[in-house]
Amino acid sequence: MSLALNDYLILSTIIFVIGLIGVIRRKNLLMLFFSTEIMLNAVNIGLAAISKFHGDLTGQMFAFFIVAIAASEVAVGLGLLILLYKRKGSINLDSIVSMKG
Amino acid sequence: MFEVVAFYLFAFLTIAMFSITVMTNNALYALSSLAAGMIFISAFFFILDADFLGVVQIVVYTGAVMALYAFGMMFFDSMAEVEEKIASPRLKFFLSGMIALIVVIIFVAPIIGENALKGLYPIHLEYGNAQDVGLVLFTKYIVPFEVAAVMLLVAMIGGIILAGKKMDTNLTLLSEEAIDELEKTHDVKDKK
Repeated sequence: MSLALNDYLILSTIIFVIGLIGVIRRKNLLMLFFSTEIMLNAVNIGLAAISKFHGDLTGQMFAFFIVAIAASEVAVGLGLLILLYKRKGSINLDSIVSMKG
Repeated sequence: MFEVVAFYLFAFLTIAMFSITVMTNNALYALSSLAAGMIFISAFFFILDADFLGVVQIVVYTGAVMALYAFGMMFFDSMAEVEEKIASPRLKFFLSGMIALIVVIIFVAPIIGENALKGLYPIHLEYGNAQDVGLVLFTKYIVPFEVAAVMLLVAMIGGIILAGKKMDTNLTLLSEEAIDELEKTHDVKDKK
């Protein structure tokens, strides 16, 4: 018994859906950031698995660039979040709804 | 056999940790379970012979990203409960349906791509993963690598500029009167 590509892809999907549930369900902006990280990591697992089972390094390269993008997203996002908190005094997603629609 | 046991163990642990992150109301629990989940994910990279990626995962996520989150959480009272009421169940229904569709597509995709092209940059097992990654990254992917470096620099400067406003006042160096004065002006501004 050994692992196939599908096992990894199913795991990747489950983790991605957990992150997606977080994005849909949570109203805390910090939790939205956490859920985004979870989703990016889920995709990384899928890319690494495909890289291994197809014998190709491209998947790992993409995973590296995703890690770099996640890091810069956190830096800019947290800066914006701190700025928003200074202005509104809350990190609730509903508190920044200023447009009627 | 060892591989299979490790896979299922870490799959269970990762899913449990990320479920805690998504479901809990306590930001500190969320942060620590997210850090744990990130470390468990690196186990999959080691199982998949992507050693360098696993090390990068541990260093970048639990070293840099988690420290940044913990640092950011000091700025707002993260223990405060955020009231979460969910409006429009119809939208939720629609989104859940779309997710189910995406899941089906993801499961079918490997069957469709069975006879996809083989190996643009093939893995050389005799080199070892770190050397192999380095060879491809610094020859074929050098331009994206440099662009990523510039992007990280821009993100760093942006983060400093966004978060660093009005951080030049130091409460420990001020006298009591000066702190009272500062708080008074701050309160007035908040009421506005």
